[in-house]
Amino acid sequence: MGIFLFSLLAILCVGGVLGLILSRNQAHSALFLVLAFASLGGLFGLLDAPFIAAVQIIIYAGAIMVLFIFVIMMINLEQGIAPERKRWTLGLSAVLAVFLLIELGLAVRGTLGALGRTGGESIGNPTELGRLLFTDYLYPFEITSVLIIAALVGAIVLVKKKEKE
Amino acid sequence: MIPVSYFFGLSIVLFVLGIIAFFIKRDLITMFMAIEVMLNAANLAFIALAKAAGSPAGQVIVFFIITVAAAEAAVGLAIILLVFRQKKSIKAEDMRLLKG
Repeated sequence: MGIFLFSLLAILCVGGVLGLILSRNQAHSALFLVLAFASLGGLFGLLDAPFIAAVQIIIYAGAIMVLFIFVIMMINLEQGIAPERKRWTLGLSAVLAVFLLIELGLAVRGTLGALGRTGGESIGNPTELGRLLFTDYLYPFEITSVLIIAALVGAIVLVKKKEKE
Repeated sequence: MIPVSYFFGLSIVLFVLGIIAFFIKRDLITMFMAIEVMLNAANLAFIALAKAAGSPAGQVIVFFIITVAAAEAAVGLAIILLVFRQKKSIKAEDMRLLKG
């Protein structure tokens, strides 16, 4: 059951990212990405992280992608931009991507076997996560709130239209 | 039960796909989406390793990554909007003021 669910979600996720790469239309790309992020949320749930799964669906697939779609609507190109015209850059990037895949695989090969399996005792208890967030990780948590205020103010100042100029 | 290494492998594949998307696509918005894909691949690796180590600390890190990604998306999209207002284009090759 678990392996079936994993395969389904993994295929959906990779398929979503492939759809992002292959589609010309930016709005379609964004919707494919929503699919990929939602199935990633399911994978997080399989990995015993229900709180992060909910956050992934609400913030990533919800809030951030809605932001993307808003900007796509504002920019509103009639048709998408074709991918790179020069054929050799496409081929080169494909070859380099395969190399990177092999390299990453080799780099983590030693650890992969030692990772063990899912199951066993549960670690994803939201109570425990909240306790950790407000004790051991209190300073990062507070600093993140400052970061969000800075990002908010920065975004507003950047996009605001200047008066009389 | 599913081996944790499967999740790790999926995370590597997603990261490489994100890099491919970043280099193949030519408009800024889709390139930005590719960055989000890479961030999510990192998140998946963190959660898989948290499960393997049996410690929820990895999940806390992912919580912070998602928060920072939200802030990054807000600022990045504001910059893209600004670029579009000035240049009337979001093609990456049109941003070449700094090119020698």
